Amino acid sequence: MSRTCNFTLDVWRQAGPTAEGKLVAYEVNDISTDASFLEMLDVLNERLIESGEEPIVFESDCREGICGTCGLMINGQAHGPQKGTATCQLHMRSFNDGDHIVVEPWRATSFPVLRDLAVDRSALDAIVAAGGYITVNTGAAPDANLIPIPKTTADTAFDAAACIGCGACVAACPNSAAQLFAAAKLQHLNLLPQGQAERWSRTEAMVETMEAFFGSCTNHGECEEACPKEISVDFIAWANRDFIKAKVKNRKLAG
Amino acid sequence: MIGSLDARVPPGSLDNKWTDHKFSMRLVNPNNKRRFDIIVVGSGLAGASAAASLGELGYRVKVLTYHDSPRRAHSIAAQGGINAAKNYQNDGDSVFRLFYDTIKGGDYRSREANVYRLAEVSADIIDQATAQGVPFAREYGGLLDNRSFGGAQVSRTFYARGQTGQQLLLGAYSALMRQVAVGAVELHTRSEMLELVMHDGRAVGVVTRDLISGEVQAHAAHAVVLATGGYGNVYFLSTNAKMCNVTAAWRAHRKGALFANPCYTQIHPTCIPASDDFQSKLTLMSESLRNDGRIWVPQMHDDVRGPHEIPDAERDYFLERKYPAFGNLVPRDVASRNAKTVVDQGRGVGPLRNGVYLDFTDAIRRDGEQVIRGKYGNLFDMYERITGENPYRVPMRIYPATHYTMGGLWVDYELMSNVSGLFVLGEANFSDHGANRLGASALMQGLADGYFVLPYTIGNYLADYLGESVLSLSEPVFQAAKHQVVDDAQRWLSIKGTCSVDHYHRELGKLVWNCIGMSRSRSGLEKALVEIPALEEEYRSNVRVLGSADTLNQSLEKAGRVADLFELAELMARDALAREESCGGHFREEHQTEEGEARRDDANFAHVAAWEWNGEDTPQTRHQEELEFENVELVQRSYK
Repeated sequence: MSRTCNFTLDVWRQAGPTAEGKLVAYEVNDISTDASFLEMLDVLNERLIESGEEPIVFESDCREGICGTCGLMINGQAHGPQKGTATCQLHMRSFNDGDHIVVEPWRATSFPVLRDLAVDRSALDAIVAAGGYITVNTGAAPDANLIPIPKTTADTAFDAAACIGCGACVAACPNSAAQLFAAAKLQHLNLLPQGQAERWSRTEAMVETMEAFFGSCTNHGECEEACPKEISVDFIAWANRDFIKAKVKNRKLAG
Repeated sequence: MIGSLDARVPPGSLDNKWTDHKFSMRLVNPNNKRRFDIIVVGSGLAGASAAASLGELGYRVKVLTYHDSPRRAHSIAAQGGINAAKNYQNDGDSVFRLFYDTIKGGDYRSREANVYRLAEVSADIIDQATAQGVPFAREYGGLLDNRSFGGAQVSRTFYARGQTGQQLLLGAYSALMRQVAVGAVELHTRSEMLELVMHDGRAVGVVTRDLISGEVQAHAAHAVVLATGGYGNVYFLSTNAKMCNVTAAWRAHRKGALFANPCYTQIHPTCIPASDDFQSKLTLMSESLRNDGRIWVPQMHDDVRGPHEIPDAERDYFLERKYPAFGNLVPRDVASRNAKTVVDQGRGVGPLRNGVYLDFTDAIRRDGEQVIRGKYGNLFDMYERITGENPYRVPMRIYPATHYTMGGLWVDYELMSNVSGLFVLGEANFSDHGANRLGASALMQGLADGYFVLPYTIGNYLADYLGESVLSLSEPVFQAAKHQVVDDAQRWLSIKGTCSVDHYHRELGKLVWNCIGMSRSRSGLEKALVEIPALEEEYRSNVRVLGSADTLNQSLEKAGRVADLFELAELMARDALAREESCGGHFREEHQTEEGEARRDDANFAHVAAWEWNGEDTPQTRHQEELEFENVELVQRSYK
């Protein structure tokens, strides 16, 4: 059954991209344990507006864990303490009355803070633009059942394709690497027969674009722990193998 | 000002209209395409697929979205699937059957020619998406799997687990990003369209506000495409994403685009009920749960006992009682209205008495927990994550919520609004679902419009303007529109009232839900027409928007959106009042059969109502497009 709790929050406040930021303490009382974490912030914002203080900027949209818009560092954990759960699906019953909770934006050089808890994740779009697609113009597709795809292959490709692009993997990584994000997109496409024609060019282009923005992977595995869709680090291993092969196959002489 | 509405439906037999029309439309040759600028607002299924396809064709495309990435658009949240007349199951499906089911599902309030075309191109969508790498569910033999869905007797729904919208959107998004990479599409994220710019009766551009810097910018084009989604958030609580709004469509309406059938909204019966006043949105649970769950409430009013303390004899399985043939599987609108009735009687369950039980006890006893877990495990987990209750032990609580809006900007056969050069796609237009949309048809329509309709029809419009450059941004119309946006922002900031934007949005939502929700009456609608403007007046004089216009300011963004929702809500009430019949999602209490079912009035209301803006202080004018049914027979439905 629901009850109400009191929390002390330390929230990162930063007026703009170039402004100095700091943690500001807020007492948030009488919060129902049925409230989601973001609803708790909604309540806090209502109270701030009432008292004449500008509300805390944080991003969210679908609030059902699929759009990838939300994402907060909660007590140093990307998306908070509940495994396989995006911030918007985390509820206050995961916390205890009187808890002290530190709320920060994603921390990564390639995700600059825009304001308070909102960051710029457009570097992830740049990785996709580099090759995260199969080239097929509208209207050029053959009948969908022309190419049978083994169910296990399709299912594994799906496991990778489930990525919501929230950036938690980057935020959780001590190196701010985007390997899990990039590998998930790569292996979604590289595993499928439709994705073979561009497999090697895609792999090289996406990895190199990724490295222009993000740190390097040193196999900590924090990304998988933080991923709200629990995408496996195995995809990183597969992507690494493809990258090495691509380096050979993409040489002009290799034809 | 507007004469009779001409949908420009081409002549000929139903199955030849689109083929013949594609041939008769003018083309723009490949070298000339690069001389045309097209603005696409919105990056969901309709917007992303349109922008990618237009970029491939060689047009210069600019995509504007208020999201930080095109992939966030709310199409991403669609769960169930996408219909297509592939007949892979050999179970008798055909283009005509999909057309027929869609027209019937829409309660005979949609345009035959548009719906037929939708059914015709549906198969191409599956081919396109599969080629892009969309991981649809497959059989062990490696071919595509199908499931059946409400309103159809064939299995024609393609799906990707419970994330079909996500996977289709990521497919369209990847096609879009490919065009961004080659420079065919210019992508502006975090840019919100706030004005449509008109010149000589044509749409010639838009004005946007950059949500980070607050910069107000004008964009000129030969044509403007709106793919900006639906208006379900007028109810505040809906299954829509938090940012979904009507602003782009509404600003176009204020510039002359007709708004059609705003009262057609769809309520989904199986959502998790609100748990408190802080509730920010509602979450949909798949309708498939009704296959095994039994819906009930206590017979006694204000019964405070827990579900297990109420013996069977004191429970009311109201759907099984009233509809013995269909039981818990009656259509969405019937299930929804009956839940409302019992909750309104004071027999609701849960801490707020605002839900009904969906009980799996009998199914678990019959099939075992393992079988039920196999069918619905992920849904049960989601329910437990949100409510903290274990549905294997305690009955689920559900209640209906808004999740789709069939109304939208009026468009003709070519998806152009009555404003020349303004095209409207996807949920933002009114075209294909009539008064009620079938499950798995929203994804189909968004992608049909974007991949396979607009790329043909827009050329037919642009061909007239070959050699004409876009209007200069220094023209007075652009300057005036920019000033309007700047002034609007300052006006919100200068009110300095006492209540937040969200406070008013929530209050508006309650009003709209109570008066223009699942069930509407003359007295309720008349009440809405008094109370909505009164609340709006208070909003405009007492809202508190802090901060400034030159930073990321989420309150300021919402302020304008909620103002538009107020105006829309009033029009919904007007539209619902004028439609003296019940059809699809629009149920007027005065118009029901003796058994309490919806009663259509085909003699007087087999038409589209399209409303014309007349300025701030004058109500809109109602125009009619008569619907002619040459290929289907209009019948009344019964689920007894």
